[in-house]
Amino acid sequence: MEERHQQELLHLLRQDCGSCHGLRLLGGLGPPLTATALQGKPKAYLESIIMHGMPEQAMPPWKGILSPEDVSWLVDRLLEGVAE
Amino acid sequence: MKPSFGRWLTKSATGLLLLTLLIAMGCANPRGTGDLGLVIERASGSLQVVENSNNVSLGGVTGLGDLSHAAAVFSRDGRYAFICGRDGGLSKVDLLTRQVVKRVMQSGNSIGGAISQDGRLLAVANYSPGGVRIFDSETLEMKWDIPAMGADGKLSKVVGLADVPGKSFIFSLFDAGEIWLLEVNEQKEPQIQKWRQVGAQPYDALITPDGRYYLAGLFGEDGIVLIDLWHPEQGPRRILQGYGRGNEKLPVYKMPHLRGWAMADQRIFLPSIGHHEVLVADVNSWKEVAHIPVHSQPVFAMVRPDKRQVWVNFAFPDNDTIQVIDVPTLKVVKQLRPGKGIMHMEFTPKGEEVWLSLRDENRIEVYRTDTFERVSTLPANAPSGIFFTSRAHKIGL
Ligand code: HEC
Repeated sequence: MEERHQQELLHLLRQDCGSCHGLRLLGGLGPPLTATALQGKPKAYLESIIMHGMPEQAMPPWKGILSPEDVSWLVDRLLEGVAE
Repeated sequence: MKPSFGRWLTKSATGLLLLTLLIAMGCANPRGTGDLGLVIERASGSLQVVENSNNVSLGGVTGLGDLSHAAAVFSRDGRYAFICGRDGGLSKVDLLTRQVVKRVMQSGNSIGGAISQDGRLLAVANYSPGGVRIFDSETLEMKWDIPAMGADGKLSKVVGLADVPGKSFIFSLFDAGEIWLLEVNEQKEPQIQKWRQVGAQPYDALITPDGRYYLAGLFGEDGIVLIDLWHPEQGPRRILQGYGRGNEKLPVYKMPHLRGWAMADQRIFLPSIGHHEVLVADVNSWKEVAHIPVHSQPVFAMVRPDKRQVWVNFAFPDNDTIQVIDVPTLKVVKQLRPGKGIMHMEFTPKGEEVWLSLRDENRIEVYRTDTFERVSTLPANAPSGIFFTSRAHKIGL
């Protein structure tokens, strides 16, 4: 993935996911997305939540906006602890 | 002879002017704060003190922690801003000296504040641990801690906090679906009136500028909960029920914000959730008057201070656009594309200009509201909220 696209994804993560999960992803209307908070949650589960959302619970689906590769890359960053 | 005398005069006049300026700056020349405000720079945890008579930044204030979603309220003398940040920090900033005069860590995760009618108490709403804390606005000492324990026995995230005339505040519990009216008094323990099961997931709320009606928007249902605070015994009622008319709800990438700027011409203007519409209801009958189709999912629908226009911004990914609704005709009369990441709009006190924060373009744009011309641009680091001191004297802001 191109460096520039990675920067865009990180920007989206902090700003637009951050509008619910907090700019530092420490939680807000949505739960914290720190490595500690996500520990033990399977990658496939997290990818599926981001793609399809939990619309009843205010987590929107991102499938029209993010590609499966984008989501996979973002989940890797989250599990690595991009938030901390 | 003459020219050189002239030059001397010019030189010394300039010198004198410079000297006066220096003295004025050094010795805190008295000035008002009615045209001051602040811009929150969320990524850097700083803010700028700005002035809306000349559209300039007067300087920065740093050391304010995590300011994502930070909100500000003002002391009634218009000199101090109270800023609640996401990291639970509560800061008191002097707009004249641009110093943080006090800062306390009050909770894990705060999102909004309100100041009491008499200006003496500050209420802060928290997501986690869910609840409201009340502080002395002079000392920032905590006076009461009110956990938002819903009927379900769990702590709920608090949203839609507003001041109510009398020593009161009102707020909603997102998870539990409740509305609480809190009365605080030095003499006794806080009194709380709780309305349970008002609706699914109230996400934000507003109090009308007369302090009479509290309206909470629901995320989990198509509808708005209304409480008439002149008749609290009547309890909550529903308005605009089923406003989506069965149309599929679109994904909501950002929760709309509700505040007391929504009323104009005997009508109230509200963002719908999950639909590309601004909802309009009559404020006497509370019946629906119109659905105005707009560009995308609205975040703010803000009435200009003279009530003639409503300015609307939109959620991701359409947050580069603004639409302006004409109040008498209920039509969109203008569409602007100022730039990416429009987070916030703030009108000058009487509304001849509006300031827009363009988070993704690192700047503030100022537009005239009659000609829609851009008049100024100010650099800012990922700006989000813009708050002018004219809020100090309004109920619900
Ligand atoms: C409009 C608000 C909102 C936005 C924007 C949002 N989320 Fe969420 N998210 C939520 C809420 C609320 C939940 C919790 C749902 C529940 O379990 O009740 C959630 C849950 C999640 C979870 C599951 C966490 C867990 O521990 O199970 C992940 C992962 C997640 N979000 C990632 C993201 C990412 C990545 C983005 C941006 C691309 C994003 N969210 C944007 C509101 C949002």
